[in-house]
Amino acid sequence: MARIDTEYFRDERASDFKVIGTAVQRSDALGHVTGRTEFMEDRTFPNLAHLKIHRSSHHHALINDVDYSEALKVPGVLRVITYKDVPENWYGVLRLIGIGPDDEPVLAEDRVLYKGEPIVAVVADSEAAALEGASKVKVTYTELKAVLDVEEAMLPDTPVFKRAGTNYFVYEGHHARRIRFGDVEAGFAEADHIFEWRYSSAPIEHAPTETTGCIVVPQSGGRLLIHSNTQAAFFTLDNTALTLKRPFTDLQVKGGTVGGGFGGKVDVMVEPLACIAAAMTNRPVKFVYSREEEMQVSSPRAAERIYIKDGVMNDGRIIARKIMLYVDAGAYARHSPYGATKAAAHLPGPYTIPNVYADCHCVYTNRTPSSAMRGFGVTIADFAIESQMDQVARALHIDPLEFRLRNAYRDGDMKAHRKVASGTALIEVIQRTAELVGHELPEEYRAMSSSTPRGAGA
Amino acid sequence: MTLLYGRGYASVNYPTGMNLGGDPSQALIHATTMGGFVISLSSVDLGQGLKTVVAQCAAETLGMPMEQIIVDTADTDTGPHCMGTFASRGTHRVGNAVIMAAREAREVMLQVAADELEVDAGDLETDGSGYVRLKGSPAKQIHISDIALAAHFKQGKSISGRGMFLKERSYPVPETGEMDPDSCQAHACTVADVEVDDETGVVTVLRLHNTYEIGRALNPAMATQQVEGGAWMGVSHAIFESTEPYYPASRAHGPVDFSEYLMPGSGEIPEQTSVILERPASNGPFGAKGIGEMTANAPIPAIANAIFDACGVRLTTMPFTPESVLRGLDALRDGEPVA
Repeated sequence: MARIDTEYFRDERASDFKVIGTAVQRSDALGHVTGRTEFMEDRTFPNLAHLKIHRSSHHHALINDVDYSEALKVPGVLRVITYKDVPENWYGVLRLIGIGPDDEPVLAEDRVLYKGEPIVAVVADSEAAALEGASKVKVTYTELKAVLDVEEAMLPDTPVFKRAGTNYFVYEGHHARRIRFGDVEAGFAEADHIFEWRYSSAPIEHAPTETTGCIVVPQSGGRLLIHSNTQAAFFTLDNTALTLKRPFTDLQVKGGTVGGGFGGKVDVMVEPLACIAAAMTNRPVKFVYSREEEMQVSSPRAAERIYIKDGVMNDGRIIARKIMLYVDAGAYARHSPYGATKAAAHLPGPYTIPNVYADCHCVYTNRTPSSAMRGFGVTIADFAIESQMDQVARALHIDPLEFRLRNAYRDGDMKAHRKVASGTALIEVIQRTAELVGHELPEEYRAMSSSTPRGAGA
Repeated sequence: MTLLYGRGYASVNYPTGMNLGGDPSQALIHATTMGGFVISLSSVDLGQGLKTVVAQCAAETLGMPMEQIIVDTADTDTGPHCMGTFASRGTHRVGNAVIMAAREAREVMLQVAADELEVDAGDLETDGSGYVRLKGSPAKQIHISDIALAAHFKQGKSISGRGMFLKERSYPVPETGEMDPDSCQAHACTVADVEVDDETGVVTVLRLHNTYEIGRALNPAMATQQVEGGAWMGVSHAIFESTEPYYPASRAHGPVDFSEYLMPGSGEIPEQTSVILERPASNGPFGAKGIGEMTANAPIPAIANAIFDACGVRLTTMPFTPESVLRGLDALRDGEPVA
């Protein structure tokens, strides 16, 4: 078990607890290790039907024709669902908090914007029949040019493939979520050194042990009971009801035991179609992603591209930082506009820099939509910021921890998004880690404290 | 062939909660006839142990032992609203809501006990083992099962409470980005030790030395699981994972199962030493901050910086694959400028 070092913040952490701070055994541990915990897929229902999807084979194409006549001939196939069967086909998961536009169809209408986009759902007596039915659907396409690079997507000559009119999310009239703090150009002019580097990442899969899924069971009174492994029960209920155009009280979500989420189970991708299928067939319907769907079709962590330009003084003070950040949202918004704003609030990292300029772009490309994932907006930004800190420290021949301590934010500092910092502890985690590895810090750095105002101490 | 060794550093902070639309969670609590306390929620436990820590919050607030607490969650018919489990918000928001509900229930519990004991409720305290007793006269006490029975069958009272946490909506100012999106910040610093094989390009993360400042470790064992599991994910992100290995140039080569999508197995898990610091957050449940998401973040740049320290190759694209290490080493040998 990790050691709690009670020497730090001794006065603030004083406590007299009986249960808090004790290593109570987690309530579900025994069930997990003995296999008795009941997950969504452990539930069985008589007459269970299965739903599978026929997906786009192109990154970007017009749909000329959808022929599902052969799918209906597969023994065991009960129904084929197209966009015409979805009461409110266009949705955006953030509509619940008033963020739009609704930019994604539940099932494709006249075009597809990414490879793997759902076009037709097939409901059948067995999983095998549903898969076979889905494979028999014939779609003819006219292929269009795919845009797969975030900076290319934003060029004026690049064709716009989003119906809202831009290949990027619009933040109250701006092409990016902005941070404007101080005067970054004046900072660069004053700086002794300018450093600029580029960082990037590729999409990452949540890789939960349990893939995304649900089982919807029609109830005797006409309500639909949704057994789901969602990370957010009411978020799923409310979004599903909007897509179904049914009263919210028609639905019940039960869940709470999830085999790994990491942000991958908040997009509300399976419940609406399973509800439509259950209502159409009046049978319990199961819709669970295969591992391949989970990896290539469900939304990953966004790839990002980040440019950081720093103005630094000889003594190691960073006085200006400009960041151009591009989130590859893929074909649809999902949670990415929120992630780019989260990135903006995180910049320029846990350091106090008087001049900060950032444009955080949420850009659309013709690839699998990305969405929430553990720390999105922050994780890749931290990779860029902390690599930048290492490169600058090396260039100036300053110890990497001393360089961070010199710039570390403290209580009372104004952050770039104009929130006063409080409860800070960056200095202390650096000091403690230095101690852990025997990294010698000079006295002035050991004496620093987050609660001592900047300038008052070292 | 040479094995090269290097050390890298990184320090980060991480917000608890991320509010663009208002960020609420609610909790209800009620006593059963024999003095169990049922916490009704709609929150989801993703495996991080939310059910256990909120039970601890209720037990601490009520002054009752853990065995008295029952958590009933994630049913939208029976549990009040919860925004969801994401943004490192679960323990902070739901914990606060549960504490508020438990305070209200505790007040009723003490009043029922006071009426049974014929004393003033203000003179009562809990002993943590199931008894409510008179301060200074511990012999004058009553067990929670007798309090609950009296409430149900004699006094006609419901020992119950309502709790809610709401961080109100913050609208970012479009021109400047001014906003108040989070409740507090947790902190971490990682030192990574790596080995780089200059023949194969394989990076092995040998050791991670971490300090985490998390406000309050409500349950140190589960906090340890969180930080160690999160650091493992950071290692995995750093040197293994992508659904598009040749992003953005090619959409091909996408892995479809775990034989193609690599993650560290038990042989590749580094030794981890973790120290926890506690600087309680004024708005956190018993001071706790959200820590779930943060713990994957510091290891990634610490590993990148350690790779540079080991072999002089600056990798600016994740993940840090053997191919990218070898291409960097080739560029160094060819005398190309290194970033």
